[in-house]
Amino acid sequence: MAVPKQKTAKARTRRRRAHDALKTPMNSTCDKCGEPKMPHRVCSHCGFYRGRKVLEVEEV
Amino acid sequence: MRHLKSGTKLGRTPAHRKALFRNMVTSLLKHERIVTTEVKAKEVGRLTEKMITLGKRGDLHARRQAIAFIKNNEVIKRLFSEYSGRYKARDGGYTRVIKLEPRSGDNAPMAIVELVDRTIQEKKAEKGKPEKLARKAEKAAASEKKTGAKKAKAPVKVKKGTLETAKSRKTEPEKTDKKTAAAPKKTKKPSSAKKKDDTP
Repeated sequence: MAVPKQKTAKARTRRRRAHDALKTPMNSTCDKCGEPKMPHRVCSHCGFYRGRKVLEVEEV
Repeated sequence: MRHLKSGTKLGRTPAHRKALFRNMVTSLLKHERIVTTEVKAKEVGRLTEKMITLGKRGDLHARRQAIAFIKNNEVIKRLFSEYSGRYKARDGGYTRVIKLEPRSGDNAPMAIVELVDRTIQEKKAEKGKPEKLARKAEKAAASEKKTGAKKAKAPVKVKKGTLETAKSRKTEPEKTDKKTAAAPKKTKKPSSAKKKDDTP
C-alpha cells in the first residue's frame, strides 16, 4: 500500500490551504427598507423589488 | 457546445419532464403567478409564452395545438379570449421571472414566474391569500373579538398596512391593538400606488 514517506510540514499544509479561504457572500441593501438582501432578489424583509414593485407578503 | 440546445432536462425522463411542464404551464396560465425553482421558472416562462403566441394566432390549428399541450379547458378558453387580447400589443415577453431567496431546506434558488400586465384586482386577490391566513392565525391567538369577515377582509388587500405592522412588530411585540387600529386606515392608499406596479 502506498504510504507517505515524509511527514507534511506545518508550513506545507498552510501553504496548501492558502487558497482555501471562503469568500463572503455578495450583499446589497434594500432600496425600500434598508435591510441587507441578496442582489437581484426580492427583499425578504419587506417584499419589494426594484423600487415600488410589491411582490411578496411579509411572513409572520 | 450549447448550439441549438434549448430548454432544460432537469434530470428527468422525457415523459416526466413533459408532464411536469404541461402541468406547470397550465397552472401558470390559470393562476397567473407561481413560485418555483429558478430553472423551472425560466423554462415554464418560455413554454408559456409559446402558448400565448398560439392564443394570439387564434385559428383552429393554433387552438388544437394548445389543447394538445394544456391540460385544462378553462385555461384554453382564457388563452384564446382574455390573454390574446391582453397581449395584442406585445411581441413576446409575456412572462416575468423574479428571483427570490433560496428555499430553506435544500437551499434551491427560487423564483416567481408571473404573467405581465396583470390587472390590479388579480394582484389584490392574490396578495390577500397568504395574509388572510396569517391574520386568521393571529385572530385565533388573540381572543375572538372581531368575528366580522369585513374586518378581516379590509386590511387583507393592503400591502402598506402590513409593512407598517411588520415594522411596529419589530419595535414592540404587543401588536394586536395597533394592527387592528392602523391597518384599515391605509386600505385605500396603496391601490393608487399599485397601478404603476406592473411596468417592468
